[in-house]
Amino acid sequence: MKITREEIDHLAMLSNFSLTNEESESLGQDLENIIGYISQLDELDTEGVEPTYQVFEMENIWRSDEIMPQDADREELLALAPESQDNQIKVPKVL
Amino acid sequence: MQIATKEVSAVDMVKTALEKAKRFENYNIFISLNEENALRKAKEIDEKIKKGENPGRLAGVPYALKDNFLNPEGNSTAASKILEPLGSPITATAVEKLEKEGAIMIGRANLDAFAHGSSTENSYFGPTKNSKDEARVAGGSSGGSAVAVALDIVQFATGTDTGGSIRQPASFNGVFGFKPTYGTISRYGVVAMASSTDVIGFFTKSADDMDLLMSICAGQDPKDMTTLPDYYNQTPAKDVKRIGVIKDFDNDKVAPEIREALKSEVKKLESKGCEIVELDMPTLKYALAVYYIIVPAEVSSNLSRYDGIRYAYRSDDAKDLADVYSKTRNDGFMPENKRRIMIGNFVLSSGFYDAYYLKAQKARTKIIEEYSKAFEKCDFILTPVAPNPAFKLGEKVNDPVSMYLEDVMSVPINLAGLPSLSLPVGETKDGLSLGLQLIGPRRSDKNILAFAKELA
Repeated sequence: MKITREEIDHLAMLSNFSLTNEESESLGQDLENIIGYISQLDELDTEGVEPTYQVFEMENIWRSDEIMPQDADREELLALAPESQDNQIKVPKVL
Repeated sequence: MQIATKEVSAVDMVKTALEKAKRFENYNIFISLNEENALRKAKEIDEKIKKGENPGRLAGVPYALKDNFLNPEGNSTAASKILEPLGSPITATAVEKLEKEGAIMIGRANLDAFAHGSSTENSYFGPTKNSKDEARVAGGSSGGSAVAVALDIVQFATGTDTGGSIRQPASFNGVFGFKPTYGTISRYGVVAMASSTDVIGFFTKSADDMDLLMSICAGQDPKDMTTLPDYYNQTPAKDVKRIGVIKDFDNDKVAPEIREALKSEVKKLESKGCEIVELDMPTLKYALAVYYIIVPAEVSSNLSRYDGIRYAYRSDDAKDLADVYSKTRNDGFMPENKRRIMIGNFVLSSGFYDAYYLKAQKARTKIIEEYSKAFEKCDFILTPVAPNPAFKLGEKVNDPVSMYLEDVMSVPINLAGLPSLSLPVGETKDGLSLGLQLIGPRRSDKNILAFAKELA
């Protein structure tokens, strides 16, 4: 399957990558090879087979409706952000 | 496991481990060392012993922590630029359990960034070298952990296994590597890669040590809704009689020395009175394609959180908000991270979802059914871990498909959520390590380790 430059640009946009021209070309080639490999799945007959999304044997694990203490407090979490001010995470101007 | 006693002090054990870590610096095993904290903790353990208090089942045992586990001691980088400055305020549940028993983390082990890879060459901090041959790869993604144990720097190391990341480096370095049943050990505080297959496990020098670590770390965690109630410590002993071997795996794509190792292990099992059962598992050859659809899909979702806003690194060039996202992500991820995220977005995008993602989840059902049928005929399955021993540094890193083919015999186990032990079975004539894996039905973890003890 041929992957066009438009498709690479679209995937880069979905992935939020500002790829250089060079990166787009080399990733484009890699992606084409990988998609070529995974496309062999076409051969396998899966008619009438139910999909499996997870292999955990239990379902509906509820937790009681209680306020649980968190491992990290607000200051510690804010400290992870590159920039913060007045107890808020700071980002560049949006509007 | 050698634990600290009145005669052997924790401080000495930790000092020795740190000295060795420094002596083997050229292998690039550790991203950072944890000297100060480790020595302080060792002193505390020695105090406890002196006072006659119980210092725990892992008292003073130095270990290496794969650097995708969170812990406030030092930064948790996941071997990536984007998390390099991340000092975590929380501690992974597995780490908490190990340290409660007195284990001491002496350093953070190298990995492929975000555990994406089979050689540890995708690390932002450079590749880790193989313990037997420095021109060869350590395997991956848990390469640093495997080499730290192989070179006797530490007695055990933690790992994560999404598609072979514990078992393959274990086999490349001649140590035991265990991937438990999905859901056995809490993943709270571990950087997520693909949530439907990620598990936590260990590297050790013996099946006995592995059993001890499993008995400490298994069990339900209210902080991880996908943990099973502890079955490990309640598993009744089982008499293992029938071992399955997979016909399709005996082909010329597998290195002759690995096929030989399998044959000689099979003979050994027969001489011990085991019955060998040949298995026909025709769907397994599609497992790698299934894996490289499902896992990138989950990766693209799990890694969307690294946006330059909440965690650690932000690109200096970012002028507006759109830049913050796209430049931070472009600078912060390694090429392999980008490939997987883009493949994930491809298989999930409208128009391709049914043909790839949905199709793969259906194929996954067939793979699981194939294993269920196999385990009606045998107790465990014995197969190679990888098609070849450790390959040369640089040999596959620019060819993603050939790198992915490394995982062809390890990924089906993750898709089915099964336990598998990679065990050392000797060396090639050039002195490279050889490993085989022993795979069991879900929740047979303890029996696999018990059987491996018998084999030793």
